[in-house]
Amino acid sequence: MKTIRKILALILLVPALAFAAGDNIKLDHAPINPNDMPSLQRGAKLFVNYCLNCHSANYMRYNRLQDLGLSEKQIFENLVFTGVKVGDLMKISMDPKDAKEWFGAPPPDLTVVARSRASHAGSGADWLYTYLRTFYRDPSRPTGWNNTTFPNVGMPHVLWELQGEQVMKEQKVRSDGYEKALAVPAMDKPGKMTQVEYDRAVADLVNYMVYMAEPAAHNRKLIGLIVLLVLSVLVVLAYAIKKEFWKDVH
Amino acid sequence: MAASEKTPVTGAGPFNGLLTWVDARFPMMSLWKDHLAEYYAPKNFNFWYYFGSLAMVVLVLQIVTGIFLTMHYKPSAAEAFASVEYIMRDVPGGWLIRYLHSTGASFFFIVVYLHMFRGLMYGSYRAPRELIWIFGMMIYLALMAEAFFGYLLPWGQMSYWGAQVIVNLFDALPIIGPDLSTWIRGDYVVSDATLNRFFAFHVIAIPLALLGLVAAHIMALHEVGSNNPDGVEIKKVKNEQGRPVDGIPFHPYYTVKDAFGVAVFALLFCLIMFFAPEMGGYFLEYNNFIPADPLKTPPHIAPVWYFTPYYSILRAVTEEFMQTLALGVTAYTFLILFTARGCLIKIATIFIAPVIIFLMKGPSFTLLGVIFPIEPKVWGVVLMGVATLIFFLLPWLDQSPVKSIRYKGALSKWALGVFVVVFLTLGYYGTQPVTPAGTMVSQIGTLVYFAFFLLMPWYTQMEKTQPEPARVTM
Repeated sequence: MKTIRKILALILLVPALAFAAGDNIKLDHAPINPNDMPSLQRGAKLFVNYCLNCHSANYMRYNRLQDLGLSEKQIFENLVFTGVKVGDLMKISMDPKDAKEWFGAPPPDLTVVARSRASHAGSGADWLYTYLRTFYRDPSRPTGWNNTTFPNVGMPHVLWELQGEQVMKEQKVRSDGYEKALAVPAMDKPGKMTQVEYDRAVADLVNYMVYMAEPAAHNRKLIGLIVLLVLSVLVVLAYAIKKEFWKDVH
Repeated sequence: MAASEKTPVTGAGPFNGLLTWVDARFPMMSLWKDHLAEYYAPKNFNFWYYFGSLAMVVLVLQIVTGIFLTMHYKPSAAEAFASVEYIMRDVPGGWLIRYLHSTGASFFFIVVYLHMFRGLMYGSYRAPRELIWIFGMMIYLALMAEAFFGYLLPWGQMSYWGAQVIVNLFDALPIIGPDLSTWIRGDYVVSDATLNRFFAFHVIAIPLALLGLVAAHIMALHEVGSNNPDGVEIKKVKNEQGRPVDGIPFHPYYTVKDAFGVAVFALLFCLIMFFAPEMGGYFLEYNNFIPADPLKTPPHIAPVWYFTPYYSILRAVTEEFMQTLALGVTAYTFLILFTARGCLIKIATIFIAPVIIFLMKGPSFTLLGVIFPIEPKVWGVVLMGVATLIFFLLPWLDQSPVKSIRYKGALSKWALGVFVVVFLTLGYYGTQPVTPAGTMVSQIGTLVYFAFFLLMPWYTQMEKTQPEPARVTM
């Protein structure tokens, strides 16, 4: 048995290796709360106003937004544009061929982007939160914009009116205990929002996108808790029955 | 047997009459007795003996959830990805069915790997249980095929490119390779045609084979009886009624025990399924939430975790590693010639080994190699195949006088321990992008993996074993 214990100890060490490896991209933690309904509603509004012109969300229905505490009427009045029925999918009318010509690549569907952008560096939410805050002016790019999280991205900074314009500036940055001069995006011309307000708005948007990637997630966890409770009782009962039956086995 | 010769069913209260009627026309009572009420299983089963029944539970789960998924899934390149999201959003309870199925796939492999490890520990493959082991290994292979075909269906980037990589392996085979891979895909690239045939294999062909094999596995088991952690035969010591003294009827003892096992398993399963269905990108890969794009190759294509040990072995075979492998085969040839006892095996080795060594090294500098070059990739595929198939030989590779690891010597214990660590290490590196260090570790791992099997006849005979007890220990 000692050998088996040693083997088990070694087995337990292996997963630790898996977590030790990771990418070098430093992502900011997205301060999102899936239970914050006002935040989700603000995020939904930002999404339909700013994202849903070029990006589709082809698997998401407008009326599903009732999950966010909105009535069908509210959805219709605030979030749905003309010609769309409330049960429709969040499709866009842009032709992918045109889009390819304009941006170099058709803008991807965003329904599940909060899931596909996850990596060992951080959650999909962290990536989106970082990405939407790291656009900077770059005259060498066709759109005039570049991004430190997604270098040479085809998308221009759609939220620039809100955030303002950042440019790359040499700044002294402390990392790993050293002071280094690094080029980082810094505010050049402020926008309509302060940095705190903008970060909050992006967090709302990301909060919504995480919801949209898996609308069932909230119910999933709720049902999960109930199921675990029931199963715990079942485990105890099953053990009691087993013990009773096995009394006469020696 | 005529109806009148059977004894009437008793003990079922108001149903006695009905059951007697059925039993007169169907071997109901004899099946019940042979497989449950009077199937005597050793009383000393430990933790490791839960995984057989758990594998059965997961199989049923996969079939039932699979049926419901098939009702809503669309096996077409244009609709597959959207139909999975439709299941996740618009089908009532669809997300639950889908997560049960996707989590079940990974848990199937967890359970089967633990079940196989149990067999390795307690020598469950040894005579007279060779056929149980062989059927079991065929189940394992069928399961891998089932998982491979099923993984294409969500039609995400990893689905697509994973299938592309694996089917392309056949492309490297000499002469028939390109035609063979086109035949498998039904197209020049993985496409709608591929998705349709993989769907057919996933939902009907392989499950049918699986069910048949599971039936054979259990029938063979119930013919010879279960092994146990001590590796001694309970049938050797019987009481006056001819029943094994150390055996207990499967029902009710193991049905209630397994019910407890199933409850605990369900708890762990639900913990992951409800709270971490992606399992950090290991059960559901993040890239698979991007629809398949034949024009965009992902920078890093990793198979799902349960294939990664073999994927590591595949990637370990480089041009330089071929030299090491050829050296290994040569050394093994001499080992057999000088130390093996059987005459037949020596003669076979004299004929087979030179052919293998020639194929490995020869073609690169002979005319044959110019006409039909065998790339290292081909050997990678061969080695990966052999790595899965070599398990079949275990009943004959293990020459120890005892079955269970409890009474084997230190060499066997270390060999098994190192094998498990190597298997997991290979699995880990299979999930990672290629690095020189990773390749090195995979190569060493590959050598150790094969050494565990190929040297088994020697180390199981060399070591000093402890005497087996006459009866099982609790």
